[in-house]
Amino acid sequence: MQVIPWRNKAPNVHPIERAVSVVTGGMLFINGIRNGGFIRMAAGAAILGRGLTGRCHMYRLLGIHTAPSDSTLPYELGVKARAAVTVGHPRHEIYEFWRQFENLPRFMRHLVSVDQTDTTHSHWVAEGPGGHTYEWDAEIINEIPDQLIGWKSLPGSQIASAGSVRFTEAPGDRGTEIRVELQYNPPAGIVGAWASRLFGREPEQEISADLKRLKQFFETGEVATTAGQSNGVTPLCVAAGRTGYNTMPSLDEVLP
Amino acid sequence: MKAACWYGSGDIRVETVPDPQILNPQDAIIKVTLTAICGSDLHIYNGFIPGMERGDILGHEFMGEVVEVGPKVQKLKKGDRVVVPFTISCGKCFFCKAGQWSLCDNTNPNAELLEKLYGSSGGALFGYSHLYGGYAGGQAEYVRVPFADVGPIVIESDLTDEQVLFLSDIFPTGYMAAENCNIKPGDTVAIWGCGPVGQFAIRSAYMLGASRVIAIDTYPDRLRMAHDMGKAETLDYASVSVLEELKDLTGGRGPDACIDAVGLEAHGGFEYAYDRAKQALMLETDRPGVLRRAIMACRKGGTVSIPGVYGGFIDKMPMGAAFAKGLTFKMGQTHMHNYLRPLLDRIESREIDPSFVISHRTTLAEASSHYAMFNSREGCTKVVMRPS
Repeated sequence: MQVIPWRNKAPNVHPIERAVSVVTGGMLFINGIRNGGFIRMAAGAAILGRGLTGRCHMYRLLGIHTAPSDSTLPYELGVKARAAVTVGHPRHEIYEFWRQFENLPRFMRHLVSVDQTDTTHSHWVAEGPGGHTYEWDAEIINEIPDQLIGWKSLPGSQIASAGSVRFTEAPGDRGTEIRVELQYNPPAGIVGAWASRLFGREPEQEISADLKRLKQFFETGEVATTAGQSNGVTPLCVAAGRTGYNTMPSLDEVLP
Repeated sequence: MKAACWYGSGDIRVETVPDPQILNPQDAIIKVTLTAICGSDLHIYNGFIPGMERGDILGHEFMGEVVEVGPKVQKLKKGDRVVVPFTISCGKCFFCKAGQWSLCDNTNPNAELLEKLYGSSGGALFGYSHLYGGYAGGQAEYVRVPFADVGPIVIESDLTDEQVLFLSDIFPTGYMAAENCNIKPGDTVAIWGCGPVGQFAIRSAYMLGASRVIAIDTYPDRLRMAHDMGKAETLDYASVSVLEELKDLTGGRGPDACIDAVGLEAHGGFEYAYDRAKQALMLETDRPGVLRRAIMACRKGGTVSIPGVYGGFIDKMPMGAAFAKGLTFKMGQTHMHNYLRPLLDRIESREIDPSFVISHRTTLAEASSHYAMFNSREGCTKVVMRPS
């Protein structure tokens, strides 16, 4: 996971909020000077600075962006994750499988469903930390058949995100290299991303695990699992209700 | 069914657990007829293997009868008598196709955990922690075997279970350790550790053309087995200076190849207390005493072959000696699938009877006490268990 650097420091505070910050920050600062209150002076200066520059560090950490912007996900917001895998299978077939977004929840553990509403629009439902579900609508903004799919989420989405998946031929006849790059603004921003990292759900690891399942499926026809296996702490009564095969279809069912 | 389950360091109990099920279409269920405790199980027993969970079913050396196959299993049939290799391989990925079966890309469902630790993950193993996939092991009455057409080898001859069981791990592991030594006629091979893998490495080194094999250990029964069964010259590290003796025995050259069949829990040597203390303080995970001595003993341009298991970080590695002498290192989990057929042929042709390493025969119900006995190493080289 990479926190995206705030390079050109574009404003993230709305103009009206900035005006309010200038007024209240200025008043607090002057009040501090008059009464010799250093804390008030410092706080006043910080709020005044926020108003004058339009840049708020707290907002940034929390993933809040109130300044007007024509993009869904201002490129300086949120976190970035990327992962890659090499799959010993022809590029075209993997691309076709991926392009049917309904297939993605089969190997992406946190996706609940994807519905394609038309050729470039789709509705996504994912399960996040603590069992919450998050929904968003996505639009394909760039597509080169067999090579690239780029998308971004649409306004009104619960998670603003943008990403791309690229398919290239691996050298030496080793199949297809798949690279996923994802930029998203997690719930509670960078603070939220750090928190989820503490609890062991690093986005890069998740994407990498998802890609490995895709690889397993294409190379072996099944996804490795031990889910439903018994051990010395499984109650015997659980045995009867255990499910059989996992949810992946066979290769011949999904390939054109 | 009954299974030997791990509940913590030194705590292994035989419990009744639900029978395994077919979970994937290429799975088979095996009814175990004979299983064994491996030296590497003792690393789990002693709590040196991370990623274990309470209740995990142990065991990666087992054989039995196929009782159920998944819908995509084509070769294996109900009723087949099979030995199952301890590494799980898909047979389709880049590594399997290259014959590096234990590095399989596709069998470890927890690959991302091992990736975080090691940079990338090899294939899964039976009963060897969740880092290696968390597959239930074979010290049980039944076991689920994934990729059933890839791993298990069918035994059609009338050989006994005891004669073929060790194809599951220690015979191929000892054999690959010797093969990794790149033995040329006239070569001398020194082998640290006369446990079961060491015993098979001794036999294999001779099979591959070594002129002399020198075996190093301190337990009298193991040294005797190396001498009597393996025809090795033996050194007791507790009573002689191994490095000086090896130098002398090889006319000042040093052994052409050295095998570390001990791994991360080495004993002996002046630095043992140092490593044990650092290990206790978690400043070092593995005690590499044998590896250090193998590097120091090996002749210039020689090979150090490491079938012994290492799991983490080592300290005071004599890299300068390794570099100055231009040593070659070969290591890793055994690429089991390469060896099953050729080694079964050697057993069928009566060139070797692997059952010579067995010192104790018991039932699965006695697993707990036999883990403790094997761990003490006193008079115990190999335990085999019948599930009932």
